[in-house]
Amino acid sequence: MSLNFFMQNLINALQWGSFYALIALGYSMVYSILMLFNFAHGDIFMVGAYIGLGVSLLLLKIVGTGAAALVPGWLVLVVTILISMFLTAFVGIIVERVGYRPLRDAPRASAAITGLMIGIILETANILFLGGQRLAFPQLIQSHTYNIGGVFITNKKIMIVIVSIGLMIALHQFVTRTRWGMAMRAMAYDFVVVPLVGVPLNTIAVMTFAIGSALAAAAGILFGLAYPVLDPYMGVSFGWKAFVAAILGGRGSIMGACLAGFMLGFIEIMTVPGIQILNRLFALNIGSNLRDLIAYSIVLAILVFRPHGLFGEPYSAKLRL
Amino acid sequence: MSGTDHATIANFFRRLLGGVPLLGWLLGFLAAVLIEQAVGTPLAQILSLPKMPVLFGILTISKVIAAVINAVFKDAAFDPAILVHVPAALAYLALVYLAPIAAVARISARASNRAATAMGRWNLLVPAAVHLGLMYAALHTWAGMSDYRLITLKITLIAVLLTLSLNIINGYMGEFSCSHPGFMAVGAYMSSLFTVGLFVDDKVLGKALVVFSLDFLNFPLALIFGGLCASVAALLVAIPSFKTRGDYLAIISLAFLFIIKSLFENLQGLGGSRGIAGQPDWAALPVIFAVVGLGIWSINNFVTSTYGKALNAVRDDELAAEAMTVNTRQAKMTAFLVGAFWAGVAGGLLAHVLRYINPAMFGIQKLAEVLAMVYFGGLNSVYGSIVGAVSIGLLGEALRPLEILKWIIIPLLLILVMIYRPTGLVAFRDFDLREAMGPKTEPGQRK
Repeated sequence: MSLNFFMQNLINALQWGSFYALIALGYSMVYSILMLFNFAHGDIFMVGAYIGLGVSLLLLKIVGTGAAALVPGWLVLVVTILISMFLTAFVGIIVERVGYRPLRDAPRASAAITGLMIGIILETANILFLGGQRLAFPQLIQSHTYNIGGVFITNKKIMIVIVSIGLMIALHQFVTRTRWGMAMRAMAYDFVVVPLVGVPLNTIAVMTFAIGSALAAAAGILFGLAYPVLDPYMGVSFGWKAFVAAILGGRGSIMGACLAGFMLGFIEIMTVPGIQILNRLFALNIGSNLRDLIAYSIVLAILVFRPHGLFGEPYSAKLRL
Repeated sequence: MSGTDHATIANFFRRLLGGVPLLGWLLGFLAAVLIEQAVGTPLAQILSLPKMPVLFGILTISKVIAAVINAVFKDAAFDPAILVHVPAALAYLALVYLAPIAAVARISARASNRAATAMGRWNLLVPAAVHLGLMYAALHTWAGMSDYRLITLKITLIAVLLTLSLNIINGYMGEFSCSHPGFMAVGAYMSSLFTVGLFVDDKVLGKALVVFSLDFLNFPLALIFGGLCASVAALLVAIPSFKTRGDYLAIISLAFLFIIKSLFENLQGLGGSRGIAGQPDWAALPVIFAVVGLGIWSINNFVTSTYGKALNAVRDDELAAEAMTVNTRQAKMTAFLVGAFWAGVAGGLLAHVLRYINPAMFGIQKLAEVLAMVYFGGLNSVYGSIVGAVSIGLLGEALRPLEILKWIIIPLLLILVMIYRPTGLVAFRDFDLREAMGPKTEPGQRK
């Protein structure tokens, strides 16, 4: 275990964690407003990736590929991300209208069930329309590998990390600097009283779902660039893990969701070399496919000792009226 | 049809069948299955059905729908003769089930009311034994007509037990526990280990270690062992629940589910991700019926006892419950242990019905299925769990010919139920055996 090896894994963990963080943001934002989790969010990530696939294929058809291309690949990528974020936001809005708004006054678990069911419908619709086979995501930018002191970094990894951190900063600016952001923060503080002073609950809720879904779409496209195979169930495992990250960060905490997303990525990536080190040091024979087991055990341990998450407020008996 | 017509028809049926006690309905069902056994196959031939409809004709109809869809969207070959199956299946349903059940229930209403009144004077065990006996006889005859019915019935019964055990935690105690497939997995693995490892010669786990003289006790012991192991595993979720509620407990239980699944995938001694096969074929229908009946009875007793009321108090307001001397820790602990025990038993039964288990069976998919059953049927209600498990289970089977469309129809149905009845179809209803089995007064007649 050299420093190189550690750095290499750290880069991978940053990339892996940025997907989790972007998706966890969607869970966390919806939670902060409505005190509900949007369990369809993992599948919105999947839909976003597929929309990105469709948009990029369409754009490539228009502008051409390879040497004959009218515009460089990175421009196509930027346009793809923007258009897909816009389109996927509408998926989020539909989910809110169908699954969450009719259930504003219902027990919270009922809304969780509708979210789960909308997720299943999205997966099934995908299989129904696209046939269920895995699809390849087009490589919009040429991959370069840089060797920095023995650590291999591709330009895609750098781009993915920078784009996701940029989106997080943009969201932070939006929430802290704009009037709408202020309304969202007020709503998160108390969604019973704040509508009484004229802040529209439904508009804010729709906006939250739209922003969360747009971020999930960005995560989906970045995922497609890094791992160019899409399948209809990709949102399931990712969604649940990002949900874990959102909780781990502290419910409703945007900052916490980002950091916990990166942390979960770090834990998942680092368990494999960690197991190798343990095996070598103590002559053990632990299989490296224990990754999930160890990652979730760490999560469980953190939650047992910090039951309100890393950055969340301690549990209060705040009533949902 | 105008509103008054509607009311008249409803009134007609209410007057006709309102006074029939449960005993009468069971007699009717028994008569219907006996008729089906006697004339089912020739009747199906007369109605030009290929064979006797297995699930009350719903399966036949959804096969026709699937054929139409395939013909329209996938240009598959379509035989218009198949359309006849829809009215034929409906006619079969009416002739074999609806008409005989209604007729027998109506004709026997007076006698069965008198019998129910007479039995009501005795200990509750007498009417319970009579009703269960009749129900078992009917189900046994019904399931005896095809292997498909038998396996569907077995799996549905197990689903009822599983749903009810989850309802203790999610409905009566009001937590959102996601760990139930994990408890089930522990029960399934441990009871399989018990039977395969101890009593049966097996390639992986070696020869039978124990030859028990009372070998009819093997299976109950295995189930209890599986259930107890699940209870012990449930401590991992129950102890954090003392301090944590709501979403964090949900995530702890979810993490528990992932950990259990990953553990079984990695324990090579238990077959790894290949799982365990070759469980002895001990889970016959009477065994499952008895275990599930016992489970419903004991869970119903549990939730109507003071312990059960303590759960409701914890759900509605933990602080107030604590102030009213409810021992909240004990209440949470018992809920998790009892729920996990019966989930483990259900897992053990499932392992011995399918005679094969692997860790992939107890994942998120299973979780979604059980949660759907609980919330569809209704929270805080034994009836609700039965309704939810039976309807989602049968619907899942009956819509099987529609293939992938099934996974659009069932979620849509569930979303509609959640929107219009957010706590489920029959939520918050007490399961009163004495009332359920008692006589019914005819409409317009005084008790």
